[in-house]
Amino acid sequence: MNREPLIFEVSEKGKRAFRLPKLDIPRRKDSLEGYPLREEIEGFPHVSEVEVVRHFTRLSQLNYAVDLGFYPLGSCTMKYNPRVNERAAALPGFSAVHPLAPEEYIQGCLEAVKRTEELLCEITGMDAFTLQPAAGAQGELVGMMLIRARLTDRGDPRRIVLIPDSAHGTNPSSAHLCGYGVQEIKSDGSGRVDLADLDRAMTPEVAALMLTNPNTLGVFETDIKKIAGLVHSRGGFLYMDGANMNALCGICRPGDMEVDVIHLNLHKTFSTPHGGGGPGAGPVGVREELAPYLPGPVVARRDGRLILVEDLPRSIGRVRSFYGNFLVVVKALAYILTLGAEGLREMSEVAVLNANYIRRSLEGIYHLKYQTPTLHECVFSDKLQKEHGVTNLDIAKRLIDYGVHPPTMSFPLIVPGALMIEPTETEPRRELDIFIEAMKAIAREAEENPEILKSAPHVSYVRRLNETAAARNPVLRWTRDLKEPSAG
Amino acid sequence: MSYISLSEKDKKEMLERAGAASMEDLFGSLPGEIRLHRRLDLPEGLSEPELLARLEEIAGKSTYGRCLSFLGAGAYRHVIPTAVEALSSRGEFLSPYTPYQPEVSQGTLQVIFEFQTLICQLTGMDIANASLYDGASAAAEATLMANRLNGRTRLLLPRSLHPHYRRTIETYTRNTNLELVEVAYGAGGGLDLRDLESKLDDRTAAVLCQIPNYFGVVEDFKAAADLAHGRRALAVAVVAEAVSLGILEAPGRLGADIVTGEGQSFGLPLGFGGPYLGFMGCGRDFLRQLPGRISGLTVDLEGRRGFVLTLSTREQHIRREKATSNICTNQAWCALRATIFLETMGHDGLRELAGRNIHKARYALETLAEVPGVEPRFSGRVFNEFVLQLPENWAAVDTGLRGKDILAGVELERDFPELKDCVLVSVTEMHTKEDIDRLASSLREALR
Repeated sequence: MNREPLIFEVSEKGKRAFRLPKLDIPRRKDSLEGYPLREEIEGFPHVSEVEVVRHFTRLSQLNYAVDLGFYPLGSCTMKYNPRVNERAAALPGFSAVHPLAPEEYIQGCLEAVKRTEELLCEITGMDAFTLQPAAGAQGELVGMMLIRARLTDRGDPRRIVLIPDSAHGTNPSSAHLCGYGVQEIKSDGSGRVDLADLDRAMTPEVAALMLTNPNTLGVFETDIKKIAGLVHSRGGFLYMDGANMNALCGICRPGDMEVDVIHLNLHKTFSTPHGGGGPGAGPVGVREELAPYLPGPVVARRDGRLILVEDLPRSIGRVRSFYGNFLVVVKALAYILTLGAEGLREMSEVAVLNANYIRRSLEGIYHLKYQTPTLHECVFSDKLQKEHGVTNLDIAKRLIDYGVHPPTMSFPLIVPGALMIEPTETEPRRELDIFIEAMKAIAREAEENPEILKSAPHVSYVRRLNETAAARNPVLRWTRDLKEPSAG
Repeated sequence: MSYISLSEKDKKEMLERAGAASMEDLFGSLPGEIRLHRRLDLPEGLSEPELLARLEEIAGKSTYGRCLSFLGAGAYRHVIPTAVEALSSRGEFLSPYTPYQPEVSQGTLQVIFEFQTLICQLTGMDIANASLYDGASAAAEATLMANRLNGRTRLLLPRSLHPHYRRTIETYTRNTNLELVEVAYGAGGGLDLRDLESKLDDRTAAVLCQIPNYFGVVEDFKAAADLAHGRRALAVAVVAEAVSLGILEAPGRLGADIVTGEGQSFGLPLGFGGPYLGFMGCGRDFLRQLPGRISGLTVDLEGRRGFVLTLSTREQHIRREKATSNICTNQAWCALRATIFLETMGHDGLRELAGRNIHKARYALETLAEVPGVEPRFSGRVFNEFVLQLPENWAAVDTGLRGKDILAGVELERDFPELKDCVLVSVTEMHTKEDIDRLASSLREALR
């Protein structure tokens, strides 16, 4: 296979891929005088259009993607991204609108925002939403800030946020960024929050409990009402990380579980594409008590028109410019309108069915630390394969040879050697079976020929990459003296 | 329509394998008291043609498209080459996850590596990250980073900073011990260097300076950076109009320690404000405190070149509450578009584009200043935006112009009470001579 060079390595002065129209105003000699101008942009590429098009087309072919196959990444909800959503977001009435235009010219955009907020309120049972956060982690930060602002108004912002040991790493990071100390809550033998530990930890210093439900094991926190009661009775707030909302749509609602704040990931549950790492959107829903603190401006109806309200005395303020990742919101709106109530429920049902199908098919072959029933995902581990010296990383890399993307491995921390699998509802059974058969074959290989796993992948564009070397001697940009290492 | 791929037969057989009698059975672990015992109250699901008709109807209520608009202020209409749209809409770029599995993500990882390189070249910095959410949150991350780097707690923010950026910084720093101090602007519209000097002290972590600033004025960044460095504070350049980097001296060469900004101008549509593209670069010494993902070069088992996400011990999924930032999902696909845009424009195209913006803005400024009663508010050199002072009630003039669907610019009084009857006009390469002349004649009429 040919190696795709960096664009800088094919650049040659004089080549161009784009021309501007002729200048239609008189060109004045002195018009750039007095500016701090640069001589050149050192190293910047000169290439033709064909070179650009081939470069990116070839690079695209080096990626695995949902459009190419199964992506069993736990807690990431890598479902199909409907193409019509892209078309919706490209409508000029959404995509070609300036965010600071007067309200009379932006009614369509404001309606898309308002409508999405209302739909999300119904789906989650919350009272109000903001669409401003650009991603789940920013949603978490906003949620923490809302709680802190409310508690401050009550007289004491408190000091601590409780987070279960099964949580995603952004939870403690977001709480910390909001000025809170983090205290871990243990899981019990079923993988759920240990109520006794929570009871001990839930002191008057605690601002909130940050809970993912279903949690990262795919286990529903059945004591959620008790948990909410306990947290509320001691003056704290219940924050729900909605990363796993794909299990619950039309089944139950966080608002009905007495959750105070929730963030959603539109790029998970509501099908907007991950784009190789973003953009996402992390809307935050709240109960009435916290609504006045939401970031502004907020969209409101007045005299049959939609307006932007900026004067929000108790708002935590902005967390970014303008109104959020609006075109991502439009894609999610398109998705919700396509599915409707029946479709959303079917979505969650089949997501749970697919996950349980995989769980039952691989149980016994891979170790399952928790026997508790699970919803949309399940977490196996490499415990059985470790006996042959094979780790979850080896299993993951070998899956690449079978044409499947590896599962999530970096968490939950309570399952050492985790293989966290979330199939989502959009996978055909055939693809699930290919994955199951590949996992079974790998389990056999672990016993019979572990070496083939340790050196996997074998058929990818690159073999296993040396991540330690990358971190020890960081090369983070092209420079002229950068040489391509010779093929081995 | 729910995009599921199972037949009824599949469902039946899979339920059997899963050991469940029915779909309902799968949710047996959920207590009845929290179950939703009704259907969600949502409109019935739509087919694709119905959906498009419904959304076209909603989008059609945004009539902005019929306007002759000179709105800018951090969101700019620039040319977008066809290749950007065509290449970025490939499923292999739209639908992958974050490249945590490098062997099957070399496309995204190499794109990020090229993006980092382009940002370094444009800003004059040693290193850059894979992207942040947008210009405003990137500026906020820069202030937190400055505090981590030198432990100081005062941040000097120019009054000429984009108001959204200022408010975002306020939100991000509210629950910290950081103190925000405002620096005034002078008659030219740029930083009042005397005011800056008087407010700098040994507790000052950083001086932020937007170039071009919110009023379009090209700041004397070097002077600001020199003053900051005199007190061992950091100089942070904030670039809200990234096209300017094509022709103005790189902030890194003017003394910037951190350069951060908004990359929307590089191939992203206005999109009613998002998704946009935050970027950040800094000196190599600051690497460990740089927030966000980074792609780095390495080799595979056979010694071939490859790319991986690296230095992740700075990040939340490893460091948890001790991470440099909580950012996880970023704006990777927007960075991809910017990379395609910049490589298509190339060295000569980007310089020409940037120069074109100065020429057009200058022509517009001179033409509009000839309208009786209209004055440039500031004397400083501008890039592609400028502030006009009108002789009378802006609201009345604006109403007159809107009658013709002309949006002359962003009114400034709401954010800057001292700039009464002032408007921020943005002119890019997309405006023709005819557009500019039409604004001038309409303004003349409205003021008559």
